[in-house]
Amino acid sequence: MTIDLTQFHDAFFEESFEALDSMEAALLKLDIGAPDKELINTIFRVAHSIKGGSATFGFSDIASFTHSLETLLDELRSGSMQVTLAMSDLLLKSVDVMRAMLRAVQAKQPIDAQRVSDLQFDLELMIAQKNTPAVAVPAPAAAVVPAAAAAPASLATPAGAAAPAASVPSAHSAATADSNQPGWQIVFRPFRELFARGNDPLRMMRELADLGELTVTVNADSLPPLSKLDPLQCHLAWTLQLRGDVSEEAIRQVFEWTEGDCELEIRAIGADADSAASTTLTEAAAEALLTAPGLLTAPAMPAAPAAQPADEASKPEAVAPAAHAAAAKEATVATLDSGSIRVSVEKIDELMNTVGELVITQAMLSQLGTTIEGATAEKLRSGLGQLERNMRELQETVMRVRMLPITFVFSRFPRMVRDLAQRLGKQIDLKLTGEQTELDKTVLEKIGDPLVHLVRNSVDHGIETPEARVAAGKPAAGTVHLDASHRGGNIAVEVSDDGAGLDKDRILAKARARNLVGPNDSLTDEQIYDLIFVPGFSTAEKTTDVSGRGVGMDVVRRNVKELGGKIELRTERGKGSRFIITLPLTLAIVDGQSVAVGTETYIVPLISIVESMQLKTSNVSRLSGRGEVFSFRGDYLPIIRLHELYGIEPRARNLQDGLIVVAEGDGRRVGLFVDDLLGQQQVVIKSLEANYGQVEGVSGATILGDGSVALILDVPGIIRAASLRAAA
Amino acid sequence: MSSSATKQEQTAGAGSHQVLTFVLGNETYGVDILRVQEIRGWSAVTKIPHAPSHVLGVLNLRGSIVPIVDLRMRFALERAEYTAITVIIVVSVNSAAGRRDFGVVVDGVSDVVDVNSAEVKPAPELGSRSATDFIRGLVPVSDRMVVLLDIDRLIGSDMAAVAGNAADDALAASAA
Repeated sequence: MTIDLTQFHDAFFEESFEALDSMEAALLKLDIGAPDKELINTIFRVAHSIKGGSATFGFSDIASFTHSLETLLDELRSGSMQVTLAMSDLLLKSVDVMRAMLRAVQAKQPIDAQRVSDLQFDLELMIAQKNTPAVAVPAPAAAVVPAAAAAPASLATPAGAAAPAASVPSAHSAATADSNQPGWQIVFRPFRELFARGNDPLRMMRELADLGELTVTVNADSLPPLSKLDPLQCHLAWTLQLRGDVSEEAIRQVFEWTEGDCELEIRAIGADADSAASTTLTEAAAEALLTAPGLLTAPAMPAAPAAQPADEASKPEAVAPAAHAAAAKEATVATLDSGSIRVSVEKIDELMNTVGELVITQAMLSQLGTTIEGATAEKLRSGLGQLERNMRELQETVMRVRMLPITFVFSRFPRMVRDLAQRLGKQIDLKLTGEQTELDKTVLEKIGDPLVHLVRNSVDHGIETPEARVAAGKPAAGTVHLDASHRGGNIAVEVSDDGAGLDKDRILAKARARNLVGPNDSLTDEQIYDLIFVPGFSTAEKTTDVSGRGVGMDVVRRNVKELGGKIELRTERGKGSRFIITLPLTLAIVDGQSVAVGTETYIVPLISIVESMQLKTSNVSRLSGRGEVFSFRGDYLPIIRLHELYGIEPRARNLQDGLIVVAEGDGRRVGLFVDDLLGQQQVVIKSLEANYGQVEGVSGATILGDGSVALILDVPGIIRAASLRAAA
Repeated sequence: MSSSATKQEQTAGAGSHQVLTFVLGNETYGVDILRVQEIRGWSAVTKIPHAPSHVLGVLNLRGSIVPIVDLRMRFALERAEYTAITVIIVVSVNSAAGRRDFGVVVDGVSDVVDVNSAEVKPAPELGSRSATDFIRGLVPVSDRMVVLLDIDRLIGSDMAAVAGNAADDALAASAA
């Protein structure tokens, strides 16, 4: 029987990436010198589960690397090593390397082996540098404890137990070889699926052997005949006796990963326990096994029940119920945790589409309802009203399914800022606020890169060196602040710093030098700051590997534009600068103004509309060969006649008969001449490209209440098209 | 594995398949029934700017935006009035960009007929190759000649042109 493990790969990668994120976050929170135990445990758990997973799936490179990492973490966890800055750097690097390895494996590309082995070497070096030499697991343990492999190995176990070396010698037990010490009896009955969870009983027993003197008895009762044996399942159970000064917690820690995968009983046994009797029994059982080698199902277990009464006599059973209570508590926590499910984005999109359809159908019915006469018409209308309310609720709920808190994007910055600041020799506090602000997953995915650019810029160019800051009378540590908040139907993301701010004169000088601005042009502050969004423009005196190449701000603006948002800059020399990105909450819906041109209806996104107005003849001038312009608040804006652009027969040709929609795109304003304004509404964006192709000046289409299709205008595209026409 | 698949295709090719026939002017055309998504009545379309003249516009087909092509105009036939009995056949087309749905406006739908692949005659060479490129073959059905259309070529090539135009426009815009 073979199991196709590849079906679990996606889940493994997804979980691993998430786990790495949480590991990174925990590492950043880790205080040097006085680390929080819980944080170290979190980090350890991540390393452990990635190791287990990758070993299960045969990603041996990852497993080997995470093993080294786990060893180091184990030292941290046990407190035998201290967290140093160098170590936290190393661990953060390990996160990067693991991420890179996982990505490579996911993309079925080769792993950068050099990078991995370099870092693995560093990790092992750090472990080796520890004052006390690492405790090696004694070799005999391997012979005694059954391997995860399966049945035949279990034969070796009782044999080993029967031998004089029944108790596993270890670093600890060598010193305390007295078998009459008080200790613990552990009954470990794993469920069949134990191996599938990446747990290895052999390893666990070795760990136990390190704690004290260990006697292992195997129970092969449930072992099926060889022909029916499934090697992927665990059929064995063990009774272990651990003698020595060991806390119950230490034992529980060994079994920590098997939580929920086994039945575990831990009982204290007194010093007077009849170890001799139990040994004899074990020996007897083992002998029975040995004399009948074919008898895999030999009951080795009787040893345990026999030993139990004595234990109970010596120690009240209070321990077991306590353990049960703890397990029950953990189970409750686990149930609470599983309050979410993973759903593929496609399914949600499908749901969104269907709901969009329902909304349209409902709108059609409502329209129809208004025209119906008769006795039941009123009832119908109230029913339709109810339907409309429910529909709106449904739509909002579905929309919310796609919403994620922006912390998914923000969470990468603490690490980035820390690394950058270290590299640039700056002191920077990163402040994050409004992390719980939710926005659409698609928007969220696309806003990450622009934000990275902005934060980098702030750290690199914005915040000054500590000396310069002190000289300017500011605290040595600069602050970079990321904030997200809802503003109406939009979300505003701000990146601000208390650094040097933008140097207006230098930007202008640079722009003049590059002939972006004529020598005598006078620009408003706003226009000057706008220059930093021009491709290839950089005021940095030296190019660093962080920023300064002049690619960036134009890309930032383009990305934000693509999301239907806009970016503003406020800055004050010496005080800092503030970038404000305004984004729509979702890409699936746009607030639009319907306009009529001839018989066609178009939607103009509200975000690009400045205002709408009726023109007076006196406002309009005709420039020879360059079309018409009108005066708008002191500026002259070109008029674009939509009917000309789209070749439609309009109702109004005279500028006075129609309306002008003043729209803004790419930093330019134009007047769009339309026949009439129809109304504002939220429209669901549909792709034109899915079945047709991209159309210049059109960003998509939507379906109106009557089921007909209306095109959504792309204002920047229209402006580009119009200026091309004018130039031609 | 691959040889059996090829064999299967051949047997399918050698057998018969069903074709939806429709009338355009005086001619009868046919398309593979498996490509037909839906047949619906005419309703007003929304014009698309800068579209080829035979692309009338787009329609809402259960939530997706589907372009409508007038086959009369595509075949340079005399233009007919669109009336309540004008029919749109929605077909799916495999193009370089994946599966796309299209509506074609025809005069009327006639029938679904079984076509034996052995009876399909290749299209005669008529002047330039591109003029007959989209004809998969000719087949006689009850003393009429049915022109079997290769819709992938007929419409897919159109759409490649549209996409190409858009790309060119974008290029021109960025160059400017």
